[in-house]
Amino acid sequence: MIDWDVITQSLPEFWGGLQVCLLLLAISVGTGFVLSVPLAMARVSARRWLAWPVWTYTYVFRGTPLLVQLFIVYYGFAQFEVVRESLLWPLLREAWFCAWLAFALNTTAYTTEIFAGALRATPAGEVEAARAYGLAGWRLYSRILLPGALRRALPQYSNEVVGMMHATAIASTVTLVDITRVARDVYANHLLPVEAFGSAAVIYFVLTFAMVGVFKLLERRYLRHLRHQRTR
Amino acid sequence: MFHGYLGAILGGLGITLATAALSLAVACGFGLLGAVAKLSRSRTARGLAETYTTLIRGIPELVLMLAIFYGGQILVNRLAEAKGWDYIDVPPFTAGVLTIGFIFGAYLTETFRGAILAVPRGQMEAATAFGLTRSQALRRILLPQMVRHAIPGFANNWLVMVKATALVSIIGLDDMLHRANMAASATREPFTFYMLIALVYLAITTVSIGLLMLLERRFSLGVKGIRF
Repeated sequence: MIDWDVITQSLPEFWGGLQVCLLLLAISVGTGFVLSVPLAMARVSARRWLAWPVWTYTYVFRGTPLLVQLFIVYYGFAQFEVVRESLLWPLLREAWFCAWLAFALNTTAYTTEIFAGALRATPAGEVEAARAYGLAGWRLYSRILLPGALRRALPQYSNEVVGMMHATAIASTVTLVDITRVARDVYANHLLPVEAFGSAAVIYFVLTFAMVGVFKLLERRYLRHLRHQRTR
Repeated sequence: MFHGYLGAILGGLGITLATAALSLAVACGFGLLGAVAKLSRSRTARGLAETYTTLIRGIPELVLMLAIFYGGQILVNRLAEAKGWDYIDVPPFTAGVLTIGFIFGAYLTETFRGAILAVPRGQMEAATAFGLTRSQALRRILLPQMVRHAIPGFANNWLVMVKATALVSIIGLDDMLHRANMAASATREPFTFYMLIALVYLAITTVSIGLLMLLERRFSLGVKGIRF
């Protein structure tokens, strides 16, 4: 029924695809995290000129498909002479760079909203107490607001990271040889959809639950103070 | 500016919207079925529904789509061969709608399950006390009340789903993105066309958010709100 030979033969390619998937995920999510913290602070700011541009950015990037964003970066920018002659062109010509740019900008938009929501959920008493102790500005953020908000954001953030791992499959459309691309190549060579896409599905599935497990451990550590409140 | 491709791309918008709308109908079907199965007393039904939602959430949409499109094609034809029928070509539109519906059905299962649980028990008990049959009670009491609780999750899923329809262009469906691909390569102006459809997607999102807010207000009539 299942042609195991085809699967064992393509295992080295799938291993390479797995590495591409994880590397792309790591650099995109890493960039996303670093950018999202200050952007979330700007998003919840009472100063309109700070909050409004961030709102526009997240609205645009969350309102359009990632696939289209990737195509705009990878195929779109090349339309302009200015871009082709700029210093950035050697980078924008690279599928890796384009995928990283599109994925990082996309996940930053979602992560910013997650962190901003968590910041807004800070109990008012915490901020009042911190202000009473004389904390303000950056110190209020770094010692009180951010540690609490990032913890509260953990469950949603883990969804975003797993979602991003699934989204890396889209990079297969711009010549990156990730797990999905390998599966499509195996399918094209052998016309065996179950073997090709089944193998890819198993890899993604195991990866998903491994990541969910790691995040569960993180939640157990960082949300320990909430454990007794759990109903289930 | 669009070299006469504007009409073709807006025609593709029709296909994108039709895909999204039909997928939503399929997803609601799978979602309701899944939710009822998850809340049922039968262990088999619960197990099946649990497997369904776990599997779907563990695999990327694109991979599922490719698997169902190419795998389904072969499965259907093996069946046709066994029955002695002619070769059957699964149209990408059908494959796309069924796949997206099947995938988002898993997400809607959770939404609907939560919404059903959010309806107070007393409502169903009262319905039984009034002599309504089980199906009458489901249709007239449970469903109208669960809608209100399901709307936020439903709205979220719809927004994700509209964007997921862009993936059907990969399995050869002639949607908006597919037409933009062709216009981009014919005119060598990819930015213009991808930007155009990005704006169209943004417009769909904006209109959807507005409509869903109206819907939520309609279904929350008579619910006491808290004023902050």
